[in-house]
Amino acid sequence: MDSLRIPILKIGDILIASIQVALHDASAVQFKDDLLQKIHDTRARGVIIDLTALDVVDSFIGRLIADIAAMAGLMGTRVVLTGLQPAVAITLVELGLELPRVLTALNLEKGLSMMQRLTEENGDGAV
Amino acid sequence: MAQSKTAVIRSDLDIVIARTMARDAAKALGFGAIDQARIATAVSELARNIFLYAGTGTVTVKEVEKNTRKGIEIVCEDQGPGITNIDLVMQDGYSTSRGMGMGLPGAKRLMDDFSIRSQEGVGTTITCRKWRT
Repeated sequence: MDSLRIPILKIGDILIASIQVALHDASAVQFKDDLLQKIHDTRARGVIIDLTALDVVDSFIGRLIADIAAMAGLMGTRVVLTGLQPAVAITLVELGLELPRVLTALNLEKGLSMMQRLTEENGDGAV
Repeated sequence: MAQSKTAVIRSDLDIVIARTMARDAAKALGFGAIDQARIATAVSELARNIFLYAGTGTVTVKEVEKNTRKGIEIVCEDQGPGITNIDLVMQDGYSTSRGMGMGLPGAKRLMDDFSIRSQEGVGTTITCRKWRT
């Protein structure tokens, strides 16, 4: 079975990916590769990953998101994670995955304004 | 939920199928949203361990009752290489694979009861339960 592709939308110099279905491992890894390539191709200054629709984030996906944030950071692009459900936040912390280095916002709207502030402060996009 | 349900783990797709089965069972048994997420996440960790270390195995969920309490029991079985040192794999951060080493200790924290039976060369059975509050 082909791995599922998560659409990545571009608005200005920000990329937005909203994960709407449960990712299996291969599609999650595909998403990481697609997103980093798209950051490179579009020279995006920020990426928002919205997880509103996810009701389970296990250690594999949690680690992958932390990896994406670190990798995008190396490329000079900030990542903001938005929309974590209460149950997901609780299980991540209980699992021991607190994602201390990942920026988060309550929802997509707050994530967008956070991203605007971040990219304005750093006019060249590098942080 | 009178009968038990079993998911066979052969690929990473089956991890999602197993945890969806566990979540649906937990919901049917009256668990709240947060416990449903805990149970589904624990099953995801345990099913991934089967896939990574044994290749194939099964995840079975069923209703259990102790005194007047109702709960869910999850049994993960494989005929993989077995675990040589159970104390070691239950330590946070210990991993022999690509994981972060939080699969087993993480799953234990998310559940109420947790036990491992394992024999080298024979396989591993992990039984865990969550009780309804």
